[in-house]
Amino acid sequence: MTNAAVHMEGQLHAPVHGAVATAAVHTKGQQHPIKLYLVVWGWLFVLSTCSYLVDYFGLHGYLRWSLILLFMILKAGLIVAVFMHMAWERLALAYAILLPPIAVLVFVSIMVLESEYTHFLRVLFFASPS
Amino acid sequence: MAETGLTNPGQSPAQLDGWRGIATDWASDQRAFKNVSWGKAMMWIFLLSDTFIFSCFLLSYMTARMSTTVPWPNPSEVFALNIAGNHIPLILIAIMTFVLISSSGTMAMAVNFGYRRDRFRTAALMLVTAAFGATFVGMQAFEWTKLIMEGVRPWGNPWGAPQFGASFFMITGFHGTHVTIGVIFLIAIARKVLRGDFDVERRGFFTSRKGYYEIVEITGLYWHFVDLVWVFIFAFFYLW
Repeated sequence: MTNAAVHMEGQLHAPVHGAVATAAVHTKGQQHPIKLYLVVWGWLFVLSTCSYLVDYFGLHGYLRWSLILLFMILKAGLIVAVFMHMAWERLALAYAILLPPIAVLVFVSIMVLESEYTHFLRVLFFASPS
Repeated sequence: MAETGLTNPGQSPAQLDGWRGIATDWASDQRAFKNVSWGKAMMWIFLLSDTFIFSCFLLSYMTARMSTTVPWPNPSEVFALNIAGNHIPLILIAIMTFVLISSSGTMAMAVNFGYRRDRFRTAALMLVTAAFGATFVGMQAFEWTKLIMEGVRPWGNPWGAPQFGASFFMITGFHGTHVTIGVIFLIAIARKVLRGDFDVERRGFFTSRKGYYEIVEITGLYWHFVDLVWVFIFAFFYLW
């Protein structure tokens, strides 16, 4: 049994053979070409430059906000999918990790309503509106 | 014997894909994450909980900024620097962003060389990553010093809504702490890699468990997460 365990661990590094090989491609560890990482790295630089330029050129309003969100989501997606290898994990893990943060979006919408209400009350009773 | 069930990437001959795969993985009355070791699964679950912590910080910042009747300080101006006589908006934050992204790139390659069992390149790339991280924390210390000298406090600042200081110190402080812990984590693992612990499967000091090169990937997960959080802070706090 102990030998079996050692053998299984060995598959993290050694090539896998036989029936197991087809079923579990990435048991030998996440092994991808270096070029992929360099390309993603380059894109992250480009996207970061883009989001900085949004501020540099002083864009404002909905154009500014949508561009910021767009570049943010693209960067986050690249980091999670490639650098953190989520693209190659089984869906059972990907969904367990990626779905719960959706609850945060519900929280965001609740707090948007709440803060608009607070702002309304402050304008009504305390201060001049900004 | 005890390690068998826990640490090996258990694999049944047939693993389904798609929705049926999710259903069978989760309903298997065994481990749900079939080919992920406990260490990696736990790191992911920790990162998920950390996501909620940072989400709460960003949410409270959003609530403060949306509900205040006092104008919010313009981050573009607050974080501008004068370099060689030129007034450049937000330049320090941009450089910090590039430093952190570079560190993510070197970390990804360290993971790659780790699985190739190239311990010198792995350790070197991890130490470069740690150096980038330390640079980032250093620049953050500079930024904090500059703002504190200009009179920013958690309860007020010279430019507008008093909640600006509290949000700034809380969010960037927590992120900086994460980077610092990551640097320590990286140096500790790089030392083990360099010493060849994972080639001879030397047992760990605390856990008495054998180490594998997978720990480089787990460290990498943490480090990329720190970069990921910065992406959101950069977008919401500095650019918005």
